[in-house]
Amino acid sequence: MKHLWLIPMLLLAGGAQAAEAVVQAQIAQYEQQGAKGADAARGMAAWNEQHMQANMQKMVSCATCHGSNLSLAGEHVRTAKRIEPMAPSVNPERLTDPAKIEKWFGRNCEWTIGRDCTAQEKADFLAFIQSK
Amino acid sequence: MKPTSKLNRFWGMLLLAACITLSMGTLAWSDSDKWNEGGSKNKSEGGKAGSWGQTTGVAVVTNKLYAAECSACHFAYQPGFLPERSWVKIMGSLGDHFGENAKLDEPTRVSIENYLRGHAADHLPNRFSTSFLRSIKADASPLRISETGYFIRKHDEIPARMVRDNPKVRSFANCASCHGGAEKGSFDEDAVRIPGFASWED
Repeated sequence: MKHLWLIPMLLLAGGAQAAEAVVQAQIAQYEQQGAKGADAARGMAAWNEQHMQANMQKMVSCATCHGSNLSLAGEHVRTAKRIEPMAPSVNPERLTDPAKIEKWFGRNCEWTIGRDCTAQEKADFLAFIQSK
Repeated sequence: MKPTSKLNRFWGMLLLAACITLSMGTLAWSDSDKWNEGGSKNKSEGGKAGSWGQTTGVAVVTNKLYAAECSACHFAYQPGFLPERSWVKIMGSLGDHFGENAKLDEPTRVSIENYLRGHAADHLPNRFSTSFLRSIKADASPLRISETGYFIRKHDEIPARMVRDNPKVRSFANCASCHGGAEKGSFDEDAVRIPGFASWED
């Protein structure tokens, strides 16, 4: 009984592992589409890069809604809706569903950058988020 | 025949005419009760059948895909608040969804659009939905429930400080901030609690 504390730890570790396997498979796919590796540092730089958002008429980045510290919850810039932390280390649900990853890349790249993300950019973003 | 009985007959006919007029009027009033027969399972819908009271219940969201995809960002508005043509317009412009990009993969988009169309205000036998529907011009396809005449009428006494300038509400889009029963399709005025304000009375 005294090792009961292991259960949540194992569950957390299991979540992180699930994310890792999914991210590796995604990055392999992006490499087939032309990405060369995945660089967390480059991902972080792109995360904070400012772009003109046409509807908002102001400069935005990924951090505008998600924040720069991925361990903390973010807040949607317009609706103020809470956005759960992106870091898999504190939010084990993150990066575990390939369809969800693609859906939000599709939406958020267009909104933030004004175009689809390249395979390289996606690979870098995933490496950056996974490292947190 | 004496003049008095002639007069009595006149008054009698007048009374009869008044009775008929009133009963016809009452028939017309109760006519709208036919909307209850299709049966919303919601308690507040049809609970006052036959009375002149307003009903404030709308059929709940039954589609899991719609609930999951759309409530990831906002309250899952019951499809019975807008006509089919509005939902078609909304689901056909997800790339610019009130300023947000809400694109879905095509099978998901089609599936949700079909659900919304089938349960739209013009396909539901629901009095509350009909109130919204009647307040929308036939050639209009509003994208926001808060743009419909019925919604505006029902909220016209609420000052900006309680909603737009209220940090705990911010927008009429956040139904559930004040309508505790919103998810269950219940929008009864008596149950309204505006965060930060003790109580709301007419």
